[in-house]
Amino acid sequence: MKKLEVSAIEEGTVIDQIANKSTFKVANILNIQDIEQVVLIGFNLSSKKLGKKGIIKIGGKLLTQEEVNKISLIAPDATVNIIKDSEVVKKFTVDIPDSIEEFMKCFNPNCVSNHQNILSRFHVISKNPIRIRCHYCERHMGVDDIELV
Amino acid sequence: MISLNDKDIISILDFTKEEILYVLEMSGRMENEDYPDILRGKILANLFFEPSTRTRLSFDAAMKRLGGQVIGFDELGTTSTVKGESLRDSVKIIEGYCDIIVLRHFLEGASRLTADSVGIPVINAGDGASQHPTQTFVDLYTIMKAKGGIENLSIGFLGDLKYGRTAHSLAYALAHFNTDMSFISPPSLRMPKDYIEELAIRNVSYKEVESITEVSNKLDILYCTRIQKERFAEPVEYEKVKGLYKLSKSVMDELKVKDDLKILHPLPRVDEMDESLDATEYAMYFQQAHSGIPVRKALLASILGAIQ
Repeated sequence: MKKLEVSAIEEGTVIDQIANKSTFKVANILNIQDIEQVVLIGFNLSSKKLGKKGIIKIGGKLLTQEEVNKISLIAPDATVNIIKDSEVVKKFTVDIPDSIEEFMKCFNPNCVSNHQNILSRFHVISKNPIRIRCHYCERHMGVDDIELV
Repeated sequence: MISLNDKDIISILDFTKEEILYVLEMSGRMENEDYPDILRGKILANLFFEPSTRTRLSFDAAMKRLGGQVIGFDELGTTSTVKGESLRDSVKIIEGYCDIIVLRHFLEGASRLTADSVGIPVINAGDGASQHPTQTFVDLYTIMKAKGGIENLSIGFLGDLKYGRTAHSLAYALAHFNTDMSFISPPSLRMPKDYIEELAIRNVSYKEVESITEVSNKLDILYCTRIQKERFAEPVEYEKVKGLYKLSKSVMDELKVKDDLKILHPLPRVDEMDESLDATEYAMYFQQAHSGIPVRKALLASILGAIQ
């Protein structure tokens, strides 16, 4: 049997195939500091698909749709595994939404969304590579420009 | 049937090729025929949060030539914005006073926010370094008049392509017309990656060069832009590039260009175009400025449902 680099959990969620450099950003999205059950984070793990990857295992937690959407923007190859009684009962890849509201900030300091009390809005114009257009100023953002709020 | 009734004019990206051609056709009608009463009883609000003389006056004149009336301001100091009122609140209140809003603002995306907030049509008259779609219709109309059409032309953009919003909007619009585009600028003022990406998505043929000599012989249209001092954070950066890319009659005499090349410029000019060019056959920029009236008349009349 293959030896696990990060120990298994009995109940909860495993987020695998996280782009290595985004591992701690994903951890931030999930607010792991507030979780009282087991959280295991693996970083710099080898991956056939990504070269190096991150993995996060969280006991007793199911992800919200907003969390999945956020993760999809910074770790578009991530897979989510739901674990019950130490078995994977559901597995899916994150899917980048066609439009994004509220949880992202426009990187253009002169964009109206950064100066008025309004919700930010974006349109995803390409999913691979990720290119996002601000609804207001129409500037384009790539994965490195994304700032989640 | 194409109709622009109640349509906002925010970004040229919102327009199909057919809609663009419709506006150009209506502009021709407005230039050739008088319609002194078709907007009687209608009120336009010119909301200029950033100074502009030409654009504001041309909307003012266009509306009045069609029998409409104009209210508005052209100075931030006289508005409730200085008291801390949000843009959304301001435009929702002004919406009750008029039939159409024309907005210029220093924040990018302010026009889209306005259009999302009110129920009447909104025209973007320039927001920050973003788009300036009505100028684009003026530019396209001028090109069409000069060349008899827009398809298959070779068009050079010269100067400040980073901050020049008219160049951005025009490049987007020309992407519909199978044109060949050359972007001629110093490396620090290149066309932003966003626009290049959009052009690439649409399989547009384009080339980025630093010197006009590399492309001058093939150009049908040369679109010059002003190097705008107010867009530079550092005066030193402005001084470095302001004198580059100067055109004059003697420069044109030395360049290899087509005899029927036409030069456009959204004006005002600073150093980039010498007055010696004005009397040459190349100069189209004053006709271009005058096209502002028929084009804006066409937009106002179409949006307010006065012509079909």
